Amino acid sequence: MIELSNVSKTFTLHNQGSAVIEVLRGVNLRVAPGECIALTGASGAGKSTLMRMIYGNYRAQSGVIRVGDIDLTRAEPRDIIRIRRRQLGYVSQFLRVVPRVPTLDVVAEPLRAVGVGQDEARATARALLTRLNIPQGLWPLSPTTFSGGEQQRVNIARGFAHPYPAMLLDEPTASLDAANREVVLGLIEAAKARGAAIIGIFHDEAARARVCDREVNVSDFTPERAA
Amino acid sequence: MTPLLSVQGVSKRYGTHIGCADVSFDLWPGEVMGIVGESGSGKSTLLNCMAGHLVPDTGAVVFDTRADGPRDTVTMSEPERRMLSRTDWAFVHQHARDGLRMGVSAGGNVGERLMAVGARHYGDIRDKATDWLARVEIDAARIDDRPSTFSGGMQQRLQIARNLVTGPRLIFMDEPTGGLDVSVQARLLDLLRGLVRDMGLSAIIVTHDLAVVRLLADRLMVMKSGHVVEAGLTDQVLDDPQHAYTQLLVSSVLQV
Amino acid sequence: MTRTSEYNFAYLDEQTKRMIRRAILKGLAIPGYQVPFASREMPMPYGWGTGGVQVSAAVLTPDDRFKVIDQGADDTTNAVSIRSFFEHTAGVATTTATAEATVIQTRHRIPELPLREGQVLVYQVPIPEPLRFLEPRESETRKMHSLEEYGLMHVKLYEDISRHGHIATSYAYPVKVEGRYVMDPSPIPKFDNPKLGDCPAVQLFGAGREQRIYALPPYTQVVSLDFEDHPFEASKADHPCGLCGSDSSYLDEVIIDDAGGRMFVCSDTDYCDARQAQGHRGKDAA
Repeated sequence: MIELSNVSKTFTLHNQGSAVIEVLRGVNLRVAPGECIALTGASGAGKSTLMRMIYGNYRAQSGVIRVGDIDLTRAEPRDIIRIRRRQLGYVSQFLRVVPRVPTLDVVAEPLRAVGVGQDEARATARALLTRLNIPQGLWPLSPTTFSGGEQQRVNIARGFAHPYPAMLLDEPTASLDAANREVVLGLIEAAKARGAAIIGIFHDEAARARVCDREVNVSDFTPERAA
Repeated sequence: MTPLLSVQGVSKRYGTHIGCADVSFDLWPGEVMGIVGESGSGKSTLLNCMAGHLVPDTGAVVFDTRADGPRDTVTMSEPERRMLSRTDWAFVHQHARDGLRMGVSAGGNVGERLMAVGARHYGDIRDKATDWLARVEIDAARIDDRPSTFSGGMQQRLQIARNLVTGPRLIFMDEPTGGLDVSVQARLLDLLRGLVRDMGLSAIIVTHDLAVVRLLADRLMVMKSGHVVEAGLTDQVLDDPQHAYTQLLVSSVLQV
Repeated sequence: MTRTSEYNFAYLDEQTKRMIRRAILKGLAIPGYQVPFASREMPMPYGWGTGGVQVSAAVLTPDDRFKVIDQGADDTTNAVSIRSFFEHTAGVATTTATAEATVIQTRHRIPELPLREGQVLVYQVPIPEPLRFLEPRESETRKMHSLEEYGLMHVKLYEDISRHGHIATSYAYPVKVEGRYVMDPSPIPKFDNPKLGDCPAVQLFGAGREQRIYALPPYTQVVSLDFEDHPFEASKADHPCGLCGSDSSYLDEVIIDDAGGRMFVCSDTDYCDARQAQGHRGKDAA
């Protein structure tokens, strides 16, 4: 479902003396449906960079990043948008929403985007918010004013609203209490069970051990180490 | 599949000054594209060339018309072009008073495009106007009030209703949230997002506000001195800018 | 009395009349289209019918019989002075009888007596552009005419209904000519609108200050704009004439004392006089 071959990434900082920073080189990776892999490696090794590249958020300098039927390194924006809408979910560490939009609609939006009716989308959103222990009183409010942990759970609810066949999870259990952590791990296991291919970054080792089938050390692809 | 709008090699000069130079891109149905750049970068010139307000010196602006498929709107006859801009196109001005008739009631403003395409039943026109006021969150009781009695945000929402009542397929927006309070901007952005999604609209939004394009636009084009220096997925251009100017633009935004 | 020897016939020089006739012919060829013309200074102020006077001057011949009405009346200052102007400068015969006149200059009315072939009705027009109040740019209104973009005209009528519950425009009510040009019929009451269409007489419109001439040739189709659910109505005060008893003519309301007493009388004085001469009497007749 997700396949990377010989992917590399450099940043060129034009306004800082055109410094060229090589971050990743020769990344090869394959994730099958129903499989969950963990990206590991020290801080700054490039875990988040690699995840952003798979999402099409960062551009690759070379190589192939295949998700579903497209190569994200060469795809037209509209193809990437289509893939993101229907096939590739991403739970980032940050919630980015239009201010003023009620939490319920923030969570329902990925479903609305693929054509699900408002009532059905909201019903799914209500179920997820309930499961993630977001008090019902908060649903009509914008999540922009919520605490960090609440925002994180809204973000997760939003990320799991639509059953994407491929998912990217960036620290999904960070800043969660034990009960909510358990709910999130359950969501991940359910996604695996329905055949989703998942790539995650988990600092929570116990969580990693429970849901991940294998680990990929990103440090293996950082040029200093490779050299 | 055919692009809804295909811009091919559009250039516009003002004497020796370059307005925009050799701009090409395809806009697909349902896509929202942002055009950013500082004042004088040529983004408004480009928008006006696309919307038929300016005649480009060279290039074609091909629109996939309902009746005859792709047609170059630069060379089509003026009546045809004006008909397009009343039916399948919409244009939201930065200043609502440029896009509204300030001496005509809110209902009349919304109804004008309907009457322009032949609606002659007062009751139907009024029903549609009422419906559209509700969709842009304006109290139906204000239908007979003039826009001069409205707040800036309401005027902008009225302008949008007036434009969308004929069910256009492409909407051009020139700094739609410029000059509005931040809280009002958010409400407008939310509204626009919903309308774009529910009506399957394509949109081209010119702005200098990167936060606006991040929330509204699927794709982004960065302009400088009349040239497109970078284009791509909005979040890709903003988070991993490749061109020196884009890097400068992105790093210049104050973080809140 | 005649002073034709002191003036060129009908005041204007021949070149000017030629220019105006050309504008009139063009207007007749394109019914409802506003033809620009080089309006001359006339020896009367704008607003007193300088456009109509120039058109009359261009169409009058020595054999014509001239009538002038202002709000239907032959005896108001405006009517009297224009009539006397052409008596002096053209030496033409004048009349107050609609049936006898060959050229009738009018402000704000169409005579009640049906016009016939061979007659010319000349309207004084203050603002020829029907779109003016909604679209101030002349460049834009001309484009709207050329491209037949007339939605704005209905916006005006929409505003009327939304504000008053019905189309309250009661004069200068816009019409569409031969399915093409939208035209301002000058500030005649909408009661007169049905007389514009299919009329055997030539109808000429002159706007002096705005420098426009337009025309309706005989038997032209003229339709008053309206909505399907608010159709056009040629309304008038719901009374018979107090003097002649006519229940089908357009009426003026006249206050007759300090106690709020009032009567309704025909605005067309010739029509009313003729009916009274035939023995018709209204309730207020002496």
